[in-house]
Amino acid sequence: MQSDRRDGVRVAVTGLGLVTPLGLDRATSWAALLAGRHGAGPITRFDASAYRTRFACEVKDFDPETFIERKKVKECDRFIQFALAAAQMAWQDAGLGASLGPVARERMGCIIGSGMGGLETIERQYEVLKARGPSKLSPYFVPSTIANLAAGQVAMRLGLRGINYCTMSACASGAHAIGEGFRLIARGLQDVMVVGGAEASITQLGIGGFNAMLALSTRNDDPAGASRPFDAGRDGFVMGEGAGVLVLESYERAVARGATVYAELVGYGATDDAHHLTQPAPEGEGAQRAMAQCLAEAGIDPEVVGHVNAHATSTPVGDVQEAQGLAAIFGAHLPAVAVAATKSMTGHLLGAAGGVEAAFTVLSLHTQTVPPTANLTAPDPACALSLSTEARPVSMRYALSNSFGFGGTNVSLLFARCER
Amino acid sequence: MALNDVEQRVKAVIAKNLDVPLANIRLESEFIKDLGADSLGIVELSLAFEEEFDIDIPDEKSDRIKTVQDAIDFIYACAK
Repeated sequence: MQSDRRDGVRVAVTGLGLVTPLGLDRATSWAALLAGRHGAGPITRFDASAYRTRFACEVKDFDPETFIERKKVKECDRFIQFALAAAQMAWQDAGLGASLGPVARERMGCIIGSGMGGLETIERQYEVLKARGPSKLSPYFVPSTIANLAAGQVAMRLGLRGINYCTMSACASGAHAIGEGFRLIARGLQDVMVVGGAEASITQLGIGGFNAMLALSTRNDDPAGASRPFDAGRDGFVMGEGAGVLVLESYERAVARGATVYAELVGYGATDDAHHLTQPAPEGEGAQRAMAQCLAEAGIDPEVVGHVNAHATSTPVGDVQEAQGLAAIFGAHLPAVAVAATKSMTGHLLGAAGGVEAAFTVLSLHTQTVPPTANLTAPDPACALSLSTEARPVSMRYALSNSFGFGGTNVSLLFARCER
Repeated sequence: MALNDVEQRVKAVIAKNLDVPLANIRLESEFIKDLGADSLGIVELSLAFEEEFDIDIPDEKSDRIKTVQDAIDFIYACAK
């Protein structure tokens, strides 16, 4: 373990919960990821025949009633259902039980990010409004749509009486949530934080809107090969959905109760490019500063970082800028950094991506295994990174997870292996 | 519409909407006190009655529908 240069409380990751296009839980998602399987297929959530993009990485066979009582399901848009599922699995994984008293629970909070909120519910209720008038709107329209209700529902479910809100920063939402939760524990303001992201934007407005920006891949004849980060043939991202939730906890508390510590969260960098609506700054300038902040906070040199779970969405411009940013940070050490672009298999889960990929990064450290990058048949020479189409064992102490969003927002999270 | 028919359909809507067994739904049951509804659940239930019976329940009327019997009386009066 690194010398703890921070003044604050150390922060452990003690629980992980995932709902992804690769599986309905952590074990299934992780196994599929290591096997290089993808979650892409024709869109089934709505009739996409008139859309430029007609495929996505949907979560398959999700039954909300596994996690939510039947009469409560209608209170929750799909993104909240994903959040409730992932949070309950993470909580159970952490082994934090019902015996916690109300005072202890005041020091337990929840931050779940979402980039879009309840888009599907907005669409359906707008149809009700237009067809049948305002008196027929559901009383659950607002609470199932507003983005902070993922955290609100999770708090009710798990009895988390501390801070509760939502980070809404496009595709960095989940990563911001984790970083902010980390800060609160490090500063001694909370003991346990349930953090992550949730998204369900495979809807008419979601696909149509990102199509209008020319952001999505249109490889309709080959959904499996459409998400190809760092490959020369990439033509946009593939929409995904799901949730990734982590339980963060003061390291001391986790060790005292004998919890499994998957990794330690040791750095959080957050910047903005202040450059363009959607395009990253040249050479990933803002991303570089976010990564540098992480390293500085942990007090480590780039040479000890063994793995980066890249943001890498498979867009023509974004992947190059990130690769350039990584080259600037790691310099001559770059070939020794095992990079993975897991969106090649999960698709891009927007606001949930940061949560899901932080969980993957933690599992990579915990198992000392870096996932593959799928569809890398002709690596783009402008993205000269150490990538592999197979899962690979990597001996590493530190790993970074990058998440960037529209508006030029950049987040990096730095995790350390726990050697106990 | 027969009163008995209205009663059966009202009870079926309540059972589905509030996820309670039919056997627990008595004429004197109050939606909030006995059947686990909250203020939002009452509004949703009201919408479900409107849909089932193709009627309109004005807000000032729905405020006064507190029991299963209240709902049956109102709907039966509308349907006549």
